[in-house]
Amino acid sequence: MTTTSIQLDRQGRLLHFLTTEGLSRRHLTEILDTAESLRGVAERRVKKLPTLHGKTVVNLFFEASTRTRTTFELAAKRLSADVLNLNIATSSAVKGESLLDTLRNIEAMQCDMFVVRHEQSGAAEFIARHVKPHIAVLNAGDGRHAHPTQAMLDVFTIRRHKPDFPSLRVAIVGDILHSRVARSLIHALSILGAGEIRVIAPCTLLPAQVESLGVQVFHLPEQGLRDVDVIVMLRLQRERMEGALLPSEQEFFQRYGLTEDRLALAKPDALVMHPGPINRGVEIDSRVADGPRSVILEQVTNGIAVRMAIMSITLGNHARPDGEIA
Amino acid sequence: MGDTELLIDAMAGQLRDLLTERGIADPVLVGIHTGGVWIAERLRQRLGITAPLGQLDVSFYRDDFSRVGVNPHIRPSELPFDIEGRHLVLVDDVLNTGRTVRAALNELFDYGRPASVLLAVLVDRGGRQLPIEANVVGTRMNPPDNQNVQLNGPDPLQLTFQTSS
Repeated sequence: MTTTSIQLDRQGRLLHFLTTEGLSRRHLTEILDTAESLRGVAERRVKKLPTLHGKTVVNLFFEASTRTRTTFELAAKRLSADVLNLNIATSSAVKGESLLDTLRNIEAMQCDMFVVRHEQSGAAEFIARHVKPHIAVLNAGDGRHAHPTQAMLDVFTIRRHKPDFPSLRVAIVGDILHSRVARSLIHALSILGAGEIRVIAPCTLLPAQVESLGVQVFHLPEQGLRDVDVIVMLRLQRERMEGALLPSEQEFFQRYGLTEDRLALAKPDALVMHPGPINRGVEIDSRVADGPRSVILEQVTNGIAVRMAIMSITLGNHARPDGEIA
Repeated sequence: MGDTELLIDAMAGQLRDLLTERGIADPVLVGIHTGGVWIAERLRQRLGITAPLGQLDVSFYRDDFSRVGVNPHIRPSELPFDIEGRHLVLVDDVLNTGRTVRAALNELFDYGRPASVLLAVLVDRGGRQLPIEANVVGTRMNPPDNQNVQLNGPDPLQLTFQTSS
């Protein structure tokens, strides 16, 4: 079974959310529409819905993350679930057995959902294959593989500003090679029928055969940013410098950093996005990050509604007996 | 079919009398998706209410999440006014078990504390499982349990009856 198929039941409904790859437009649209209904909850007197009352969500973080864990936690709490945060530090690779042991112990505490972040690709899928059938697993980032909830909040943010996907031109800039955000976003955008997806990066930061994902490749922002509707800047991870993939942060900023001059190449109403946390002066100039086209903080806000949607859809599908049509 | 519009005329008359009797001068109408919103809009026009219409999708408040999950066709709830201290009229198409109204009341109170809530329905088909009654009723009927009463719309509005096996 592939990662895509393990996240669906026999009727094709989402049981887990591990990757955007291979899902249908109907799946993604249902998530986006549900998130749209959930967005208003934060504006009310009571910022809470009773939907997951009595459910227990476990944030299982093997890799540090503040923003992602916090928004998952808030999403679960706004759906009235109880939340347990487990930050499990890992020295290097986790052996299959020890991960399974961890899993069995937490399962024994009668939980309903695992939100998993792990430095190894495939960790969330491994857990989804081994958990008890009533448990839903959400991938909060696994290695270089996928970060599907980030991709969904990105397309949700784009859709709120620019709903016409066929006419959309999106540029993703930076370290595509190591970026699970880029991979999941490219899949989500192409499933939703985005007109053109561009990646802009030096050769050393592009995966082999990146064109097979259906993207246009550019090596310089001066070429790739022309007339785009959306610019997604990726975080440059400093440890990549040591691997000699990049000369220096200063040089990266000079060649790829998003400055006001480069932003002027894009459409006048282009959106500037970034999954965070931003490195000011490395991949993005502060004036752009804090400027009028930036929707970076809106992405954070939208992340809560999108994660609420994915939690309620997957747990709701677990609730239904397999084969019963609602 | 004009029958449904006649029922709404009857509802409008009852509601007008009730509001007068209670001395409510500035009510706001809140329709429950989807049929309730269609009826609420018609009542708003007939009563000449200028306040905007509220809309509730109670999907996240239903008591059968553990059986049916989340409705994939959910729409945003919108209450374009502060309900604190206001007199609300909750409007739905068909009143049956009372569970939808229970969910709607719970949702409303997460927006604020209204001064009062009245319930207006097009059809009361009996079968209540909760202590909930409507203040305004277009028509009452007692169809068999396996008969589904549904409002199609929005234009024209038409009640349909379907028997499930």
